[in-house]
Amino acid sequence: MSRHTLSVLVENTPGALARISGLFARRGFNIESLAVGPTEHADISRMTIVVNVEAQPLEQVTKQLNKLVNVIKIVQLEPGAGVERELVLIKVRADAGTRGQVLETVQLFRAKVVDVDPEAVTIEATGNPDKLAAMLRVLEPYGIRELVQSGMVAIGRGGRSITDRTLRPVTQTG
Amino acid sequence: MYGTVSRRAVGAAMSEQMTGAQSLIRSLERAGVDTIFGIPGGAVLPAYDPLLDSKQIRHILVRHEQGAGHAAQGYAQVTGKVGVCLATSGPGATNLVTPLADAHMDSVPIVAVTGQVSSSAIGTDAFQEADIRGITMPITKHSFLVTNPADIPRTVAEAFHIASTGRPGPVLVDVAKDALQAMTTFDYPTQLSLPGYRPVTRPHGKQIREAARLIAAAQRPVLYVGGGVIKANASAELARLADLTGIPVVTTLMARGALPDSHPQHLGMPGMHGSVAAVAALQRSDLLITLGARFDDRVTGRLDTFATGALIIHADIDPAEISKNRHADVPIVGDCREIISELIAAVETDCAAGRAGEHAAWSEWSRGLAERYPVGYDVPEDGSLAPQYVIERIAAAAGPEATYVAGVGQHQMWASQFIGYERPRSWVNSGGLGTMGYAVPAAMGAQVGAPDRVVWAIDGDGCFQMTNQELATCALEGIPIKVAVINNSALGMVRQWQTLFYEGRYSHTDLHTSSASRGIPDFAKLAEAYGCVGLRCDKPGDVDKVVAEAMAVDDRPVVVDFGVHRDAMVWPMVAAGTSNDAILIARDLAPVWDREEEQ
Repeated sequence: MSRHTLSVLVENTPGALARISGLFARRGFNIESLAVGPTEHADISRMTIVVNVEAQPLEQVTKQLNKLVNVIKIVQLEPGAGVERELVLIKVRADAGTRGQVLETVQLFRAKVVDVDPEAVTIEATGNPDKLAAMLRVLEPYGIRELVQSGMVAIGRGGRSITDRTLRPVTQTG
Repeated sequence: MYGTVSRRAVGAAMSEQMTGAQSLIRSLERAGVDTIFGIPGGAVLPAYDPLLDSKQIRHILVRHEQGAGHAAQGYAQVTGKVGVCLATSGPGATNLVTPLADAHMDSVPIVAVTGQVSSSAIGTDAFQEADIRGITMPITKHSFLVTNPADIPRTVAEAFHIASTGRPGPVLVDVAKDALQAMTTFDYPTQLSLPGYRPVTRPHGKQIREAARLIAAAQRPVLYVGGGVIKANASAELARLADLTGIPVVTTLMARGALPDSHPQHLGMPGMHGSVAAVAALQRSDLLITLGARFDDRVTGRLDTFATGALIIHADIDPAEISKNRHADVPIVGDCREIISELIAAVETDCAAGRAGEHAAWSEWSRGLAERYPVGYDVPEDGSLAPQYVIERIAAAAGPEATYVAGVGQHQMWASQFIGYERPRSWVNSGGLGTMGYAVPAAMGAQVGAPDRVVWAIDGDGCFQMTNQELATCALEGIPIKVAVINNSALGMVRQWQTLFYEGRYSHTDLHTSSASRGIPDFAKLAEAYGCVGLRCDKPGDVDKVVAEAMAVDDRPVVVDFGVHRDAMVWPMVAAGTSNDAILIARDLAPVWDREEEQ
């Protein structure tokens, strides 16, 4: 099994997310991470889907996704060819004795503190999954009280856009 | 007919004010609809009011929504047009689930329109509310929910476009009651914007040339023909390709009639109950030219033992079918008619350049197998009726111009094996989903779609009891279908498996429908109760007479209860999950392959 990142452009219509997640469940493919949000076009949403499959089932996944009428385009992001980011918010136990060390870790990973309490600090960090995992390992001994993490978002490097030319095709009615 | 009607409608309809319901009916008219099968109910009531005034649309009031769905399928299968069914919210809509799933599996173009509770009530568990758009997501090509009446014309136009183009399939349009009641502007679109829907119909030239190269080089090629050839109206092209190349042809259950059964290269149906020649030719082939077929498990048997020596050319309009089950060496995405036409041209070019394929010995070998192992059956020694004989005699009386519609089970396989199909769209059945009860309502739709043809439903006693309420519809609407109930008093195919794989332990397969048993129900009486002609036949000597009697009736439906031998089995058979090499022509009896093959 290997990890693949798919950028999926979908029409911004009700039910599109249900169709896509339903398709993954129905065909037995596991979604490792999923993030959805608007794009520069009001009519188009973009999903970043991380799946853990072999190459051959991955081809089936993309072909089946492409059959969904609301799916406009699917681009597989080559490893290393894009910028991948996750956002994590972590509530770490930190009293007067440990706060200094926790803040040092925050500095080290270029994260920031967004809330402080006598017993805990809340940290916001973004980065690729490896960096966030490394930070979590360092923070763990202090006691992680709560953690929330976004799905990964990813974008290809360079000047080209995957949303170009996606709205053009118009079909004649019979 | 509807061409002129719709053109007249264009001028008159420009930005006209009307209710959403009127807009819906007008949109269906503009989409070319001439027949709707349906049942009204609370949420869809507003749509039924303007339907009363439509001069273009004939509404056929069915007795169960499942009947409406299968009738729309039967209509679509014989006409090639989009079949339409109409139902109310909640249970009306959920009763359409089976036909939608069936149409999805067999790529049948239908549009199902359902009423939905008012938009303000959606999500509140209102009376007769069901999220039918959500429920049908995995079993439709697409599904819509319309809550804004202004969206009705565009949605209808998109639904018909999606259902009928690319790989055909079912589309559901769910319309909220308040959208039907509100005033709106009718504005039927002349252009559609479906940025995520772009079926590829033109095949890639490079792949065509590569396919032609493999065809010229192959020594044991087979044309493996599926239902896509019928959907693409490519039978004439297929016959030309077969004649040009001399390559043996097999037609799957969904493709019966794509090439005439009388064609000398036709080896019959492949698969679990396929002919020995068709199954063996695929297994020994070195090149499968796959046209609109999908390597279904009922064709391949155990996949890793299927045609292991063959290269695969796979042509299909659905890219997701290619390399789904079996890796394609030459994938060709496109419309089967265009693909076959271009293949013909490419093969002709190769022939002209002296690169014709050489497979005369192979064709002769496969032909020989077909002659040595025709599909056949044993005549029961006790003088009782062989089901296969009944079907043969019906085919002899009704001929290739009739439409044959089957349910699911033994009678379906016999109807596929023992009727000679000479033209596309003469055979209608539930292949992928295997829906028992398909025959009567689908035959009703097939009769409406092709009213001048004799329609024979070949049904089983189990299947018939699932949907025979539509006989009332047929009798009242003047739809004179003929139903042959192949009555073995049991769920025959399940019983066959119990005989073969469960030591004859017949757990819950006896239906007691034969007159020798309890005779419940009495099918002939049931038919009479429905205003049909009811006939019965138990003796081989009476079959022709009774069939002739049924053929003579043209003003009412006819049901013939054929009491047949209950131990008859469908042969040949490849047991589920085993290799096609293990095909048996009777219990414990394998074909004898000839000596050249053994070495």
